[in-house]
Amino acid sequence: MTAAALRIEGLTVRLPPGADRTHAVTGVSLEVQEGELMCLVGESGSGKSIVAHTVMGLLPGNVRATAGRVLLGDEDLLRATRERLRRLRGEQMAMIFQEPMTALNPVMRCGAQIDELLAQHTALRHDERHARVLRMLEHVQLPDPAAIHAAYPHQLSGGQRQRIMIAMALILQPRLLIADEPTTALDVTTQAEILRLMRELQRETGTAVLFITHDFGVVAEIADRVSVLKLGELVEVGDAQAVLSRPRHPYTRMLLASVPALVPRKAPLPAGTGVQLRTRGLTKVFDAGGWFGRRRRVTAADAVEIDLLRGETLGIVGESGSGKSTVARLLAHLIEPTGGEIELDGERVVRLRGDAARRFRRKVQIVFQDPYRSLNPRRTVGAAVAEGPLNFGAGRKGAWLRAGELMELVKLSPAALQRYPHEFSGGQRQRICIARALAVDPEILIADEAVSALDVSVQAEILKLLDEIQRRLRLTLLFITHDLRVAAQICNRVVVMRSGRVVEQGPVAEVFERPRDAYTRALIDAAPGRGFAFGEGVA
Amino acid sequence: MDTPLAELAAEAAVPAPRAATWRRLLRNWSVRIGGALLVLLTLVSVLAPWLGTVDPTLIDPVNRDLLPGARAEVATLTGESFEHRFWMGSDSYGRDIYSRVLYGGRVSLVVGIAVALLSLFFGLIVGLTAGFLRRLDAVVMRVMDGLMAIPGILLAIALVALWRPSVPTVILAITVPEIPRVVRLTRALVLSIREEPYVEAAVSVGTTTLRLLYRHVLPNTVAPLIVQGTYICAFAILVEAILSFLGVGLSTDVPTWGNIMAEGRLQFTQYPHNVLFAGVFLALTVLAVNVLGDGLRDTLDPRFSKRGDRP
Repeated sequence: MTAAALRIEGLTVRLPPGADRTHAVTGVSLEVQEGELMCLVGESGSGKSIVAHTVMGLLPGNVRATAGRVLLGDEDLLRATRERLRRLRGEQMAMIFQEPMTALNPVMRCGAQIDELLAQHTALRHDERHARVLRMLEHVQLPDPAAIHAAYPHQLSGGQRQRIMIAMALILQPRLLIADEPTTALDVTTQAEILRLMRELQRETGTAVLFITHDFGVVAEIADRVSVLKLGELVEVGDAQAVLSRPRHPYTRMLLASVPALVPRKAPLPAGTGVQLRTRGLTKVFDAGGWFGRRRRVTAADAVEIDLLRGETLGIVGESGSGKSTVARLLAHLIEPTGGEIELDGERVVRLRGDAARRFRRKVQIVFQDPYRSLNPRRTVGAAVAEGPLNFGAGRKGAWLRAGELMELVKLSPAALQRYPHEFSGGQRQRICIARALAVDPEILIADEAVSALDVSVQAEILKLLDEIQRRLRLTLLFITHDLRVAAQICNRVVVMRSGRVVEQGPVAEVFERPRDAYTRALIDAAPGRGFAFGEGVA
Repeated sequence: MDTPLAELAAEAAVPAPRAATWRRLLRNWSVRIGGALLVLLTLVSVLAPWLGTVDPTLIDPVNRDLLPGARAEVATLTGESFEHRFWMGSDSYGRDIYSRVLYGGRVSLVVGIAVALLSLFFGLIVGLTAGFLRRLDAVVMRVMDGLMAIPGILLAIALVALWRPSVPTVILAITVPEIPRVVRLTRALVLSIREEPYVEAAVSVGTTTLRLLYRHVLPNTVAPLIVQGTYICAFAILVEAILSFLGVGLSTDVPTWGNIMAEGRLQFTQYPHNVLFAGVFLALTVLAVNVLGDGLRDTLDPRFSKRGDRP
């Protein structure tokens, strides 16, 4: 029996009045043993970050822990003074944040930021500290530690920055490491590397880790044990393998069933459907820079050739910076290509102006990633959905009637039309965005990471809805995603992009099971929880 | 199945009545307090002739430097004389400060509000243009930078010197240096709003540029601009005072809070009431405008309204 590095007993945290519930977490008890990696899983709003911040003593002033104990070793952190907490942070416990871009100070060299911790907490001399920082940088497998030591954060990639964060967290050899969604902002291949690194370091040092995530794939990769949090209450705790394969609580079961399987589900389209949209040598170059000095050129899309077949779901998958969103925006006519052609039903549609552009827009609609920013906060849902038909000459009454029908189609009440976007949840907003796109009777619907910002259970619902709508309205769907699981679930064919180029395309089963390109293979190998069969319950 | 849906949608098509917005405005305590105070100050200056005042420009050497509350005989130029209580005392020319403060409110309020509205109006037009028509941007913004390079007060002095000092010229002279600031703010707002996905979404459902500006961009610039407007209003009242103090603004025949304080400053150590009462009114006005602005910002933004039940 090993000792518990962290023991949380009956923790209750009260939210300020006016929040959507009175308590962020109620009666949460969990333990993290020494040398153990405990995953705390939950959807947004489950209170998982609140737990992490309570332990670190970093709760905002108006949020207070009202009951329970948080024991780090034998010391109750809820009763520790600020001064004591400050000492403990860094020495005894450390935290890694989600956003490696903002968690580092942009005007301080990386080495200096790590060095600061040593200077604060130890009595080491300058040269000793320097040596130790270099050793740590090497330890987190950063190439050329001396160069990284002298680099500013903006000179490093996201994955490298997260390694710096890990180095910072571990340099004082804390007993407890809290990682709050440390890989969520990273690309899958980078995520896989960081997860592997964390696992190795943890095994080596025996640090207890409380790993907060929403992603069951990540859980399957690294967890020893899992705690599942639902709206501030702990519903299930157990051994990772046991929870993943034999979940006891219905909520855990539902969450696991919502994770899309990596096994392609849809068959390729039967032969005989024609090409609806075709791109030839489609290129977009962004010029950055001012009047003077050197300009930076970024080729976001480089001679992209895609055929979109009528009635199919085509996925474009790739990591950030692969140019997949640029292609979506080019096809939706939101930006002009630098070169190349787009043909819709055999007609050239690039560089359209005025009425011709509007006619084209009507046929191709787009749903964006961020449901919170895709709706104008100052206009009612009805105004948003009816805007399209009104623009294309529908009467006021007709447009609103149409909006009401669409609300039913996306399974919302027509009464929702009078409300403002802030009254809806992310999933509901995404339904509204879909209704808005459908309001002008498009033939092609582009979904640009349309489910990426949603919780896994909500994501499953939206995917189901899209599938249903596609069948009902015989839409052609272009689905842009970084998530191979999502692509596997709803696409007939996929296009894999990297650095603006198409590296592989074909029927989804073929690409996923027999990838020809090395990059595609790397991408599939990096998908977290690959060895685990999720999503038996997805429709 | 069709009927209730049609009814619901038709019902939804009726725009939210203006009355609802008003009710929401009047429920907000900031709007209530700020608005009431501003209305009170306006009423007091409009109704000055009926509030026991005398001619604010009436000079009476006998009644110089009276303390607040003193009673004294006042002789007019036509030879009449009557007894008058100097609620706020008199200044070094024997003019009744109470009357001057009340009458002075007229000019100060007009200048403050007019400058705020005018600079917001022109700043908004130029800012929207610069933010949305990128070709014009560089040219327009360089002109604005040029204007901003000249200290505001100096520019105002120069402008007043070009014309004869009068209320409209003072308003104009204070407005011109304010415009670039509003332009910068508006342009920055427009630049960030135009990148919002909801603007792109509106473009992709075929919304024309003008409609886009009017319906999607403009409403989202309102909150910060209202706040800016309240600052400008308060600042304009002060600048008017500074202009008067420097002797380039309105002459003391036209009492304003600014020139009352400017004149009183000379004797501040002996007779602080010369400055104090005008200052209190000025401070109250600025406070009222700021509180009102806060309230407006909150109530005009649907996100701040009470969260309804989810459907």
